[in-house]
Amino acid sequence: MSRIQDFRQKPPQGFMFPSWDRVLIYLCALFIVCWSVGPFLWQMSTSIQPDRELMSPTPHFFPYPITFEHFVNIFVGKSFHRYVINSVIVTITTTFICLLFGSIAAFALARLDIRGRLGILGFILGVSMFPQIAIVAPLYVLASNFGWLDTYRILILIYLALGLPLVVWVLFGYFRSIPQTIDEAARIDGARPMTIFFRIILPMSLPAVVTTGLLCFIAAWNEFMFALAFTSDINHQTVPVGIANFTGVHYVPWGDIAAASVVVTLPLVIMVLIFQQHIISGLTGGAVKE
Amino acid sequence: MAIAEVQSQETTLKPRNIRVNLPRPGPLVLLVPALASIGAVSIYPVLLGLWLSFRDTTLASPTDAFIGLDNYFQLFSDSQFWNAWIHTIQFTTASTLVETLLGLMIALILSERFRGRGIVRAAMLVPWAIPTVVTSKMFGWLFDGQNGIVNYLLRSVGLIQHNVDWYGSPDFALITIVIADVWKTTPFMGLLLLAGLQTIPDSLAEASVIDGANAWQHFWHIRLPLLTPTLLIASMFRALDAFRIFDLVYVLTGGGPADSTEVLSTLTYKHLFSALQFGYGSALATIMFITEIVIAVVFGVFLLRKMREVGQ
Repeated sequence: MSRIQDFRQKPPQGFMFPSWDRVLIYLCALFIVCWSVGPFLWQMSTSIQPDRELMSPTPHFFPYPITFEHFVNIFVGKSFHRYVINSVIVTITTTFICLLFGSIAAFALARLDIRGRLGILGFILGVSMFPQIAIVAPLYVLASNFGWLDTYRILILIYLALGLPLVVWVLFGYFRSIPQTIDEAARIDGARPMTIFFRIILPMSLPAVVTTGLLCFIAAWNEFMFALAFTSDINHQTVPVGIANFTGVHYVPWGDIAAASVVVTLPLVIMVLIFQQHIISGLTGGAVKE
Repeated sequence: MAIAEVQSQETTLKPRNIRVNLPRPGPLVLLVPALASIGAVSIYPVLLGLWLSFRDTTLASPTDAFIGLDNYFQLFSDSQFWNAWIHTIQFTTASTLVETLLGLMIALILSERFRGRGIVRAAMLVPWAIPTVVTSKMFGWLFDGQNGIVNYLLRSVGLIQHNVDWYGSPDFALITIVIADVWKTTPFMGLLLLAGLQTIPDSLAEASVIDGANAWQHFWHIRLPLLTPTLLIASMFRALDAFRIFDLVYVLTGGGPADSTEVLSTLTYKHLFSALQFGYGSALATIMFITEIVIAVVFGVFLLRKMREVGQ
């Protein structure tokens, strides 16, 4: 990286960018930021404006007067916290099991002698490309035979399978990058594979594991179709289903919807911004450098 | 995701001679929990779905018999199916093309060094992290026909005289959905392509500067050809993902108005869970599955040919 950057910084020759090009780049960058963040900022602003202001012909970008009635509405009137609790239970359980199964599998594939590892990885990747609508009907039949409709466990099982390919692939890439000599040294000292994994590789990979966990968490937290099909009451429905059901009889409660969106998205957005460097390198196999 | 890895692994994946003196359970045992969970929720259901598609199962009545390919014949003469099929293809093509092009532009901008680049990259993760259901509702509010801020802004700058009923009118509904999808997915596409751009060796840039290439020639003759495999892989994943779009349509329009946004996933879902026609719905799902495989194969063949051209 360094060499090209070095001579890019001393402008004159070749295709060095003149200053108006810099201006253009900054304008584009500004546009990208506004485009990415703008809609959500508007959603945040909407969530604290009274309905009267929302329905007025000229919208106010900066909320005035500020009200928290929408937040009161969703928690007191619509028991939104129950969806949140369901989502938290399902998502955290999924993430935990997913990391456990996925990291062990990734470790075995990356650092142990497994024949046909490319085939197995390809299979895992291929499965993640299945159209999910193709498995929803048969799974529904199975779940109703087992009496698993309207339970947390059917959602956890499905999200586990949806999250595992991502976890295995990202951690596989990371585990491969750890020098093999570390295992060898441990093995000479008589350590078994599982000991090497839990005592050496896993602690070394903690940032990657946490990031992968976050990816898995987001995937499960955001999933909609299976939750819609497999749960039918507020005791087990998750947040996306809850928000999708926010429709009024006579008008759409945009303020309440915005409040609910902020409640379920803001924590996610904050976490993503904190871990952004790790997430980008996790998703792109470490190819995006600073 | 993990696209950059696919490429790098191919070069590094020479089997290493690690002789682990494993005790009884071989290393394959470690794969069992993961593979079993994946298999239980994918392989078995897919086969069961195939089986269901040959039957006239409905959950509402006790009829259930093997009817061979009847569901498929019925499907091909079903105008609703073709309607949804066309919308799905339109959506997939439009969103994949726009997202790939915009993503490429974003990647090119971010591959330049400028102050605040980290902030831009972080901001780009926001649309990706937001639940799709929230995205749908958010665009529902942004593009609302009465109080939507998009209408207000367009009116303020004089582009439209009267409010447009974006997703409430058959003419604009599908376009609104494409816009929402482009918003949500383009930044991520940009990051994937940025990853691809950054794997291009710096020495090539230096060489083209020495040879007196301008920025455009440098892009067209050096970066684009080298980026082509990444572009193809990324747009393939995007197309496969766009083809199965469900959340956005289901929440924003429910397939309406007048079926103008009905796509294959929402149509299948309705057959399954509103009409409870599990046999017929499974035939629809199977057709979707086959189409996905066709898309993947077409991209795969194209990719192989490109890679051979580049002189592998």
